[in-house]
Order: sequence, then structure tokens, then C-alpha cells
Amino acid sequence: MIRFILLQNRQGKTRLAKYYVPLEESEKHKVEYEVIHFSLFLLCFTLVLCCFLILNYSQVHRLVVNRDSKFTNFVEFRTHKVIYRRYAGLFFSLCVDITDNELAYLECIHLFVEILDHFFSNVCELDLVFNFHKVYLILDEFILAGELQETSKRAIIERMSELEKLE
Amino acid sequence: MNPFSSGTRLRDMIRSIRACKTAAEERGVVRKECADIRASINENDPHDRHRNLAKLMFIHMLGYPTHFGQMECLKLIASPGFPEKRIGYLGLMLLLDERQEVLMLVTNSLKQDLNHSNQYVVGLALCALGNICSAEMARDLAPEVERLIQFRDPNIRKKAALCSTRIVRKVPDLAENFVNAAASLLKEKHHGVLITGVQLCYELCTINDEALEYFRKKCTEGLIKTLRDITNSAYQPEYDVAGITDPFLHIRLLKLLRVIGHGDADASDLMTDILAQVATKTESNKNAGNAVLYECVETIMAIEDTSSLRVLAINILGRFLSNHDNNIRYVALNMLMKAINFDDQAVQRHRVTILECVKDPDASIRKRALDLVSLLVNENNVKQLTKELIDYLEISDEDFKEDLSAKICFIVEKFSPEKLWYIDQMLKVLSEAGKFVKDDVWHALIVVISNASELHGYTVRALYKAVLIYSEQETLVRVAIWCIGEYGDLLVNNVGMLGIEDPITVTECDAVDVIEDAITRHNSDMTTKAMALVALLKLSSRFPSISERIKDIIVKQKGSLLLEMQQRAIEFNSIVDRHKNIRSSLVERMPVLDEAAFNVRRAGSFPASASTMAKPSLSLPNGVEKPAAAPLVNLLDLDSDDIMPPPSSSGEDFLRDLLGIDLGSSPAQSGAIQAPKAGTDSLLDMLSIGTPSPAQNSALSIDLLPTADINNNPSNVLDTLSSPAPPHVATTASAGMFDLLDGLTPSPSKEATNGPAYPPIVAYESSSLKIEFSFSKTPGNPQTTNVQATFINLSPNTFTDFIFQAAVPKFLQLHLDPASGNTLPASGNITQSLRVTNSQHGKKSLVMRMRIGYKLNGKDVLEEGQINNFPRGL
Repeated sequence: MIRFILLQNRQGKTRLAKYYVPLEESEKHKVEYEVIHFSLFLLCFTLVLCCFLILNYSQVHRLVVNRDSKFTNFVEFRTHKVIYRRYAGLFFSLCVDITDNELAYLECIHLFVEILDHFFSNVCELDLVFNFHKVYLILDEFILAGELQETSKRAIIERMSELEKLE
Repeated sequence: MNPFSSGTRLRDMIRSIRACKTAAEERGVVRKECADIRASINENDPHDRHRNLAKLMFIHMLGYPTHFGQMECLKLIASPGFPEKRIGYLGLMLLLDERQEVLMLVTNSLKQDLNHSNQYVVGLALCALGNICSAEMARDLAPEVERLIQFRDPNIRKKAALCSTRIVRKVPDLAENFVNAAASLLKEKHHGVLITGVQLCYELCTINDEALEYFRKKCTEGLIKTLRDITNSAYQPEYDVAGITDPFLHIRLLKLLRVIGHGDADASDLMTDILAQVATKTESNKNAGNAVLYECVETIMAIEDTSSLRVLAINILGRFLSNHDNNIRYVALNMLMKAINFDDQAVQRHRVTILECVKDPDASIRKRALDLVSLLVNENNVKQLTKELIDYLEISDEDFKEDLSAKICFIVEKFSPEKLWYIDQMLKVLSEAGKFVKDDVWHALIVVISNASELHGYTVRALYKAVLIYSEQETLVRVAIWCIGEYGDLLVNNVGMLGIEDPITVTECDAVDVIEDAITRHNSDMTTKAMALVALLKLSSRFPSISERIKDIIVKQKGSLLLEMQQRAIEFNSIVDRHKNIRSSLVERMPVLDEAAFNVRRAGSFPASASTMAKPSLSLPNGVEKPAAAPLVNLLDLDSDDIMPPPSSSGEDFLRDLLGIDLGSSPAQSGAIQAPKAGTDSLLDMLSIGTPSPAQNSALSIDLLPTADINNNPSNVLDTLSSPAPPHVATTASAGMFDLLDGLTPSPSKEATNGPAYPPIVAYESSSLKIEFSFSKTPGNPQTTNVQATFINLSPNTFTDFIFQAAVPKFLQLHLDPASGNTLPASGNITQSLRVTNSQHGKKSLVMRMRIGYKLNGKDVLEEGQINNFPRGL
């Protein structure tokens, strides 16, 4: 199951953070900080967008210092793993159980991005900033209780417009 | 009414926050906004509520505290309109989580909303419940959710299904209530409902065995049919991802089939066909297809034996391995690691590809591949694989060498077919990555070398050659030093040449050069230097012709900044200088180390061994060559923190074998026998070599008994590698050290700081009984003297009921420990320790009256006396 979803930009500003398993408030921000740091150092060195990486904290420094060209954006994060994908300046990260199918969640991130893209028609970061509440609402139609709720883009967009009408 | 479109103030706030240049500026804006929101909350104006909450959510996302808005969420949820409820629930899910007490207050609102006539409101409540419900709420609201699973609107059904998964995760007892409802969801056509239904079934199966049985019986065929339908379905644009219809549903179905098939041959049989179909027909050129294939492989691996499918699965993984996408290769390596458990051969076929992955530039691929390779190794391919890995070790990144060398060592140790090969490979690893090798690895190497007597010459020559080239590899240097110290004569005389060797000429000077180099190099650590010093001592005997030069090197270390080195240098110098007669026996070769016992020890102490080598050790690294005795296990203990049980008498015997230098004189032997209680004293036997009188010797060994620390019992032969001599003995066994190091009294050695040592005395002697006292001081407490009394029966008869009593003047305090026995056989002895505290220390000497009572042939005998001949200054 998905434990949390993070959407952050290159500067590490959180644009969306949804936790399905509770964390301490202080821990949340630490997590967000750490995740973007992984992402950022990967940004500097990554040629290939989606690769996988195992590391633990003591190794981070060494890895950062000695990074070779094509590393990885899968991170074993504490006892779980973070799967993430970068779209322009935005990092979408999912923290999932260690036994989960990495490739499937990678696909899942992509589907979410497509939904956002449809909804905002050509989504950009500013859309997400000023309509952050809508991003949350879309997410609630897409994922619930840490599990996938709907796999059809059309169904979610239609549902969203139904709800918009009620506002 | 819409807080986001009408109220521009949310946008304004976001803009002003975005406009901030510094974090401090941003904090200022947020503080101001928060103050406004608090004020507005206090006014309790319902019109501002949703806008305030929206702002608070944004502020919360930036990482500022927003707890004061929690009650606002509840108020909004309780309000009647949908927009208010919507923002209220959204805030609830963001600002609160299941651990907050406040959440309990929302249970009632949730209950009402779950029964609301407006299905959109029901949807909101289900969503909130699914994302943040606590165990109590789950219990309270489970019936409502269960009912909603059958709701007419599919949007509600799927939300209710996922909400139920959360409920059963929180409260597994509730699982059985949901089984029927979940089963009904599996018949759905709507993908959203189906996928959530499958997920709920999966959850139920994993937490409840009865549920698993139920689904196995009732739903297996239905699930297989569903999977077949989507696999064969025509193009559906709505669900199509890269040519695959709803890969997510595929994956969920395969996952559920996995739990159902696991451990059940019939169910596994049923799903064979569809799994084969998915495995063969799924397109593998896009990530989505690979995700499905990956899940399919995992299911094939987990269900009951269907060997043809497994071949198929491993072939898929083989294809993954040659994929360009690192993700795919990574998951393939992960999966092969599981596959190796039941089909080693099939995985072996991909060995070459896996070995290539070890050399991948991507660190995570390398690491996974290396793990996999170490699982692949067996007796047949070990030589080839090791060669590949060692070749790669030469060119790999520095930071990968540690992992790689550890794995190679592990492989080599585990599968080594012969000792020569093992030694060769280990030397290669040490030469390339000696810096990274853990202590236990080179310890093990030394044990193996020690056991391979026919290879001693070869090994020491190979090491000599290697160390000339790779002198910066610390552990290589250590092993080389040890071997040169032990087998230096084999090195210079080319003893035991093997056919494969090129002859080399090494002079004695060359050998000493290597060690001198190690001891003088600034970056050698203490262990290496200490080992080098011991090696020099040994070589001084092996190479008599250059012993002057060796002595010079040792003497230089007298100025070492390390106390340990300084002290050993002084002692060793003394041995070289003054004790030529015993030197050769003192520095004989180590006895063969017990391999099996070492391995047992190593396995036992492995987790702790890394940090313990630094601790000073005890025993002197010399001994007579005798067959290794069983208790060697104690001596090989790497873990000096380990508190050993008091050594048994057999351990003591063994120590005598190892450490007692047999000079052919009985005193040393008798000394050990007289003190059967502790192992430490046999160390003293060695230290008391050359002691003139047997009486003194035995007294000496007894003397040290009370101060022998059980933690420091002679358990570490391997520690002798790192530290040449027992500092412990140096401080407490002052009498013994004196004898050995008698040239040193003027020098500021440790004895000087710990007060003078006192010669033993004969306290009393009659025709039938002799009493000897030996003395020691506890460091830092000069007033207290530990006295070890030994009672020796000089008569041909046995004394029974032997009792010793003593009295002292007022300025002394006396404490008597129990004696070692009360029966004194002819020519036997009893020991007893006393502790005397002299309150007039330095002014008055000790004095003692004593009375000895015993029965001789059933007759009471009483002897009395006064002891005035205590050494001065006690």
C-alpha cells in the first residue's frame, strides 16, 4: 500500500503531501526534506529518468560525493521504498511497502500526472500552487486508504466536474 | 459561496507568500495570516470559515503549526452544505490524523454523513474515513461501511470497498463481516469497483485464514475468468496503457491469485493456463507490460510447483536482465534472488549476464547483482566466479571495493576447494582491497595459513612479494608481518618451494626491511606496529646474524608515543639483550591454531568482533610447538568483551602447553599445579622463567591469583596478533616482571608508578609445616596489601581440620578469605589469601601473630608464632 505521496519542486517546496499512515508532524517535514534531498542530488546526476537505487543514510554522503552519471530514483526509505519520477521541475514520490511492485507504482505516478494534465489542461506548477485543494480532491478520487481507487482518467475527470457543479 | 473563487484572499495570501525572498519574510507573512485567522475563529463568523481553513491547509503544507484550526474542520463538517462539508473533510484529512483525540468528536458527524441522502456527501465521509480512521472509529462505523459496499452508485461502492480495507487493517477481527460483501464485488464489471473489490479480498485473505479458504473455494474460477477477459479484451481507450488493458487491474488480480494459489495445489493448477497466457502474450516493450510480467513472475514463483511455468518465469527474468532500462534489470535481479531457492539451475544459466551486472555503472544494480552472485556460487563454479570478481576488483570504484571484497572473501571461505587456492585468492583480495577487509577475515586467513604447514614457505614468499608492491594495504601488511615473523627462516632459505613458484632471493636484511618499513610508516596503526614489534622479536632469534640491527629497531620504539609500544620495546629489548639463553624457546613458532574451534568462535562472536580488537590483550605470542588442545577455542576468542567463565582446569593445562616455556625444570610446572584455580597464573609461569627458587616461583604464581581479573583471562591468542604482551601482568605481576626485566628498575616503567614490589617471605617454618607469604598491592591503594599465604606440609602425614588464625595490632586491619581447603596432604599445600590494611602506612611495618591448628593422626596439634620479617614499606 502507499504510505505517503509527495509532490515537491526542485527547491524542495512541498506542493502536495498526503499521508495514509500517520507520522509525527515534525517527522513529516523531515521526511519531505529528506525525500527532496534524494531527489535533488539525483537530479544533478541523473541522465536516465527512472532507475532504482538502494541506499541507506550512512551511504548517502558517499554516494553524493562519488555519484556516477546514471543513477537512480528508487530509494529504500527507512523500512519502505520510495518510487519517484520527475516531470520537469516537479518530483512525484510514492512511499510504498517493500514487497510492492515498483514498476506498477511508476505507472501509477504517470497516470496521476496524466489526470492532472487533463484536468488543468497542460498542467504547470502554478496550477498546482493556486489550486492545491483541487489537487487533493483529485487525489482523493484516485487513491483512497493508500490503494488505487480508479484507473480510468475519464471517470475521474467526470467525477471531478460533477463535484465542481455542486460547489 | 465558493471560498476559492469568490474570496480572493486565499490567492492573495499564496501570492504574498510566493513573493517572499527569504524564509524570515515568509515566516512573517504566515505569522500575520495565522493571527488574522485566529482572530476570525474567535469571532466565530461562519462566512469566513471555509476560507480560513483553505488558508490553513496551505500554511500547513508549508510546514507551520495549524492545530488551532482543527475545531474549524469539525464545525465545517457539521454544517449542512456540500461545499462546506467538502472543505471541512479535506481539512480534516490534512490537519488531523488518527492519533488525535479531536478525531473522536467527528465520529458522530461521519455516521450521519454515511447515512446522508446525498450520495456525494456519503462519498466525502467514506473518503475521510478511509484515509484517517482510527481503530475505535473503524469499530463504530463498520456496519455503515459494510452496507455501503452494496450501494447502487459505483463511486460509493468502490470507496466503501477501500474504506473497508482500512477498517480490517485497523481491526482484523472485523474481517469476517466483510467476506460476503467483498465476494460480491468480484462479479462487478466496473473496473474501479472491481479493482477495489480485488484489493479488499486480498486484504481479507492476508489477515484471515477462513476468508482465504472461502475465496479459494468460491472465487478462484471467477477471478481467473475475469483475468482472462481483460487479457483478451479488445482495445479499450479508457483503460488502455501502452497497449495493455488496465495493467493495474491485471496486477491486482495476479496478486490476489498469488495468495490464493500459495500453498494450494488445486487452485494453483486452475490458474496455470491463464498465468502462462499472461506470461507469453504480454507486450514487454513498455513499462506497463513489464509491470504486469513482473507481477506474473512473482505469482508463478509463489504458487505451488508448476515447473514448466517456472522455466517460463525465469526466462522472462532473463529477458529483463538484458533490458536497457535499469529499473527492469533491478527488479529482475531482485526476483532472481527469490527464484534461486527453487531453481538454481535455471538461474545459473544467466550467470554471465548477472556477472555483467556486477560491473554496471549503476551502484544499485551492482549491489543487487553482487548479492545474487554470492548466492549463485557453488563448488563447481567457484573458481571461475572468483576469478571474474577478483579481476573486477582491480578496476572497480573505490567505494564498491568494500562490498565486493567482503563478498569475495565470503565466497572464497565458503567454497574453497583447497588451501593453496584459498591462500592465493585471499592474497589477491588483500593486495587489491586490503584497506577494506574486516578483521575477522584476515584472522581467518592467519588461522588457515597456520594450519597449512606445507604451504608456510610458499605463503610467506608470496606475501613478501605482495607487500613490496601493495605496502599501503594495511591488512596485507599485517598478515605479511605475522608470517614473516613466524616463518622468516623459510623466507630466506627458500624452504618448501612449490613447483609453481619462481625462485626468489631474499636476504635476512630484506625481510627485516619490510617490517621496519611497517613499523616506521606514519600511517600504520597501532595493531600493525605492535605486530611488527613481535615479528622483530621473533626474527631476532631466527636471524641471529642481524640481531643487532633488529635490536636497534626495537630500541627506537622505546621512544614511541604509544605507551604500549614503548613498554613492549623495553621488554623485548631486555629479552634480546639479557636473556639470550631463553630467547629461542620464547619466540618459537605459534602452535597450529585450531581451525574448527576458530570458526565456531567466529560465528558466535561475529557481530561484536568488529569493535573489539583494540582492547589490550594478554598472552605473549610464543609457546612451544605441541599438538593443539581442545580448549584452544578459548584462546581464539576474538571478542575480548565476552566475559568468559572461569577457566576450567583443562584450560589451564592447555595454557601451560601453549605459554609455559618448558625449561625442563619442574618449578614452573609445580607453580601451575599449585594454583589450580585460575588460568592466569600460567602466564606467570612464563614470566617467571629463570626464577631461581621453586618456592619463590610457586609463591609468585599464587600471589597473583587474587588480582587476576576474570575478564582478562588468557582467552585471546589472536589478540596477541594485535598486542604483543600483557599490560595487565605488567601492573600486577610486579614480582614476576622484575625478574624478567631486572635490568629495568631504574627506568620509569610502570612498576615505578605502581609502587615497589615485595619479595615473598617464609613466614614460619617448623619441622612439619612451612608457611610462605607473597605480597601484592592493589594499584592506587598503597595502604592495603594482599597477602597470599601458602601452607606446605613438610611431614609425611596428612593434616586434617587445618585452620589458620591470625591477629594484628590495632593500627592494622585484617581480612581473611577462606582457605583453599582444610586438609593438607603430605607434601601438599593449601593457599589462603589475606588482606591487611595498614593505617600507619609508611610509618610502621606489618606485624602479625598467628596460630595454626590441625589434626595429625586424630590428635590436635597447635602451632603458634609471630611474623616480624615482613618486607619494609608494606
